[in-house]
Amino acid sequence: MTKLNPKIPNGQLDQKWTNYKAHQNLVNPSNKRRLDIIVVGTGLAGAAAAASFGELGFNVKVFGIHDSPRRAHSIAAQGGINAAKNYPNDGDSVFRLFYDTIKGGDYRAREANVFRLAEVSNSIIDQCVAQGVPFARDYGGLLDNRSFGGAQVSRTFYARGQTGQQLLLGAYSALSKEIGKKTVKMYTRRDLMDVVIVDGLARGIIVRNLITGEIERHSAHAVVLATGGYGNVFFLSTNAMSSNGSAIWKAYKKGAFFGNPCFTQIHPTCIPVHGEYQSKLTLMSESLRNDGRIWVPKKLEDAEKIRKGTLKAGNLKEEDRDYYLERRYPAFGNLVPRDVASRAAKERCDAGFGVGTTGLAVYLDFADSIKRLGKNVIESRYGNLFQMYEKIVDENPYENPMMIYPAVHYTMGGIWVDYELQTTIPGLFAAGEANFSDHGANRLGASALMQGLSDGYFVLPYTIQNYLANQIQIPTIKTDLPEFVQAEKETKDLIQKLLTINGKNTVDSYHRKLGLIMWDNVGMGRNKEGLTNAIKLIQELKVDFWKNVKVTGTNDQVNPELEKALRVADFIELGELMARDALSRQESCGGHFREEYQTPEGEALRDDKDFTFVSAWEYKGDNVEPEMHKEPLVFEFIEVKQRNYK
Amino acid sequence: MDLTLKIWRQASSKVKGQFVNYQVQNISAEASFLEMLDILNESLVAKGEEPVAFDHDCREGICGACSLYINGRPHGPDRGITTCQMHMRNFKHGETIIIEPWRAKPFPVIKDLMVDRSSFDEIIQAGGFVSVRTGGIPDANSIPIPRRNAELAMDAAACIGCGACVAACKNASAMLFVSAKVSQFALLPQGRIEAQERVQRMVAKMDELGFGNCTNTYACEAECPKEISVSNIARMNREFLSAKLISHKEF
Amino acid sequence: MGKSLTYSSITKKIIMSLAGLFLISFLLVHLGINLLILFDNTYESFNTAAHFMATNPLIQTFQWVLFIGFIIHIIYGIIVQLQNWSARPVRYMKKGYSELSFFSKFMIHTGVVVFIFLIIHFANFFIVAKFGHVDEVTYKSGTYENLGAVVVETFKIGWYVAFYVVALLLLGFHLEHGIQSAFQSLGINHWRYTPVIKRIGTLLSILITLGFIAIPLVIYFS
Repeated sequence: MTKLNPKIPNGQLDQKWTNYKAHQNLVNPSNKRRLDIIVVGTGLAGAAAAASFGELGFNVKVFGIHDSPRRAHSIAAQGGINAAKNYPNDGDSVFRLFYDTIKGGDYRAREANVFRLAEVSNSIIDQCVAQGVPFARDYGGLLDNRSFGGAQVSRTFYARGQTGQQLLLGAYSALSKEIGKKTVKMYTRRDLMDVVIVDGLARGIIVRNLITGEIERHSAHAVVLATGGYGNVFFLSTNAMSSNGSAIWKAYKKGAFFGNPCFTQIHPTCIPVHGEYQSKLTLMSESLRNDGRIWVPKKLEDAEKIRKGTLKAGNLKEEDRDYYLERRYPAFGNLVPRDVASRAAKERCDAGFGVGTTGLAVYLDFADSIKRLGKNVIESRYGNLFQMYEKIVDENPYENPMMIYPAVHYTMGGIWVDYELQTTIPGLFAAGEANFSDHGANRLGASALMQGLSDGYFVLPYTIQNYLANQIQIPTIKTDLPEFVQAEKETKDLIQKLLTINGKNTVDSYHRKLGLIMWDNVGMGRNKEGLTNAIKLIQELKVDFWKNVKVTGTNDQVNPELEKALRVADFIELGELMARDALSRQESCGGHFREEYQTPEGEALRDDKDFTFVSAWEYKGDNVEPEMHKEPLVFEFIEVKQRNYK
Repeated sequence: MDLTLKIWRQASSKVKGQFVNYQVQNISAEASFLEMLDILNESLVAKGEEPVAFDHDCREGICGACSLYINGRPHGPDRGITTCQMHMRNFKHGETIIIEPWRAKPFPVIKDLMVDRSSFDEIIQAGGFVSVRTGGIPDANSIPIPRRNAELAMDAAACIGCGACVAACKNASAMLFVSAKVSQFALLPQGRIEAQERVQRMVAKMDELGFGNCTNTYACEAECPKEISVSNIARMNREFLSAKLISHKEF
Repeated sequence: MGKSLTYSSITKKIIMSLAGLFLISFLLVHLGINLLILFDNTYESFNTAAHFMATNPLIQTFQWVLFIGFIIHIIYGIIVQLQNWSARPVRYMKKGYSELSFFSKFMIHTGVVVFIFLIIHFANFFIVAKFGHVDEVTYKSGTYENLGAVVVETFKIGWYVAFYVVALLLLGFHLEHGIQSAFQSLGINHWRYTPVIKRIGTLLSILITLGFIAIPLVIYFS
């Protein structure tokens, strides 16, 4: 258990970060030049960290899977970014942001980390504005805010529906500035294949050049993983096609503990699945719930008729509609947090009230709002979203209610890190969605961008120095060390193995099967039987994969099939760990809903006595059960309460 | 629907490519264009053939990775969207679809329909940023910005860097891309500080990379998935002219 | 000259725009004088104006500026076009069609035809007027070379009129894109004024073309 030291600084909550910075070790400018840092990933956390390291004077190497750092999936975030600026004068404060975040996460996050996040949130906004991020402004020229789920104040800064894009482009511009100055070297189209550990310290990585297939060794004094989440384990998610869990999975297999793998966020407002061939799900901004009313038919026979197409939604009488969120949660209504809204939709569809051809959809109806506010107001608020919906579904949402269904969106779990964002492997850091993060068991809207940029701009540039200060005597790490040779060989063998199986099933077919197992058993509703079954099914799938997968092409060229195969191989193992974690967490909290643990009204039932901890899983070998370590969560400054949205 | 696809196949940048015809059957009108290509690829893999390589990632029109010159139009026949957002209902049963990679000297083909767009990154690295360091920044509200300027800057900043403007332009000019970034910063007080230097550096890099000249044909605006206006190009011309005339230094 | 070839793309376009707009002023003056021929059977006003243009020292100096303007516009036009062609070494199989300014696609083609026309035109009128023999005619105001007669004579030749009309139509197309394009290249784009500039540009190119074409047609068919 000594391995799990969260290293929380002493002092009052609001003094911890200040104290840490005041007493940490720093690296002087002439030594910074001699220290190398590798950053993997170019999203908000990765790009921000790399740019900041470069500005400080370190030698930085950045790796990304895309053709350009600007394509990282942070770009797709729509809604906004939270900060405790209190510009609207509505009573916000750092403490309130901290409190809302920890409560939203159902009390499964570390107090000190979350407070630091809230504390630096304001600097993020300052930084982004200085970079030229065109946030929305009011007529006086000052920054505008909007409200978001789970908060009673308006603290969300936004740039139309493209906040993630604008923030990423800001970080990308900072990164580009450093690349231009040659303090940072960018390696595009590289897939991380392994993390190299020398004498117990992270000393480098093995990457595959996605154009030439070349396996490259890169060394550094410290390695930062900012490779995002692993939602694509479900095959269908709102993640981008190439978002993957391989980097953190390799780190896990090299000894980094995996924190809370089962904490997955299912977003309630996505466009429903429409066909077997579908490759991804599209998110519709949560803000739609501000004016849309969610309902399904009250009677089973009406639902049946709607699915068959013999009855139109608009023709169903008011009294035959079940506005189930308003019915169950009169206080918050359609604005309950994401996990609650998602589960309620699933509950109705499972009970047979779902609409759409598949029965896996509920209505999000704007008819009342259009009547009350006029079509123009609705159009000005959501015009782009309505247009997007119409392009995809080919139905006019002004006339027919939208159909939505929950989809996998974000993974709160990730590599376990301490207060310094350092993993259990010294010298290996994890930032952004890749770490198990500050969101506990459920993330509030507009907090992911905040956390990515906080880690990248304002946390890592400090904490990494505390580690590197002890490394100044170490000359440039040589890449011909036996550990590098070995890691490269293992990578090459793995690729060779995949290419020579030459079975009969495509990689995608395995990914789809895995996704179904995960969605059915490790999705919105989980139970012991399903999870146990899932573990068995996944293990079988793994055996089948390594016997019957077909990977075409060769290694020495662009080979998307090989890339996918490498990722799916890791997803299969990761899926199993998620199921294990979900099985061991015998409570319901946030996005993790165990059907055995619910109140008589069907609400999540937390078990604070036995489960107020972070589960951190240690890899023990292939096909060996991993070991779970517990990091107890101590709440010194807030009172732990049951979430109540009624 | 059944379709004939005429797809550019090229094994690598070093060898010559050619068009190859493929047939796809029973494609749903609800499928997206890239899902249609996924179906083709899965059938090719099943047959042991090399799948068609194409860039794609977010599949919701924001990352800018997808490209494809479809029947003479970047991102296909619909307006204001990327290839990944285009659905097969835009095509008719029995139609032949010609799919080509972006064509421009600074966008060499890597494989099949994938092209190398790192020249765009090089242009940004030449000056597409505000030279602020992390930290030590005054409060975000210390500089009010007229709402209209913020909106215009946002219009320009919406660029996803996909390269459709270059692909559509008969001269393979990158003026819309470059001007979008120049405009975004030129419109904001934060960006004004380096405005003269920025526009000169970025234009010099654009020229050096071998993009064509702008002849104000406006195909870029017509095909831009984010409908970025050519008024940005005029703004850049203005910025450039005044920078050349009064700047203390040439870049 | 070495440096001017390496001017940036935008500088080249700005120079071309300025030269182009300047050449329009020449076209307008030229058209004005030419039209005189239609309203005076004795060609007195036309010949007087021609004489003034040929002898006024200011105009004579200006003629060289004009000449340089042409050369610059043409040279840069060619450089820009060559660069544009080389920017896309591999062409598309299916040609794009989304150009919003249709005639912009043919600037080099219309430009080259206009240039060839210019040389022939130069040989027919300018060189004849300057170095060839032209009969003189005496009016009350004085004795001038009867250039008007030369013009009318030339415009009785069918193929020449046809060529002239075609070349000027192409000039019109060139102008239709060129005028509004010049403003855009100079950075003048405004939600209120650009549509006006575009309309004026189109109108002007139609007027210039019709004006020039009218002269040979009227003469030929009268």
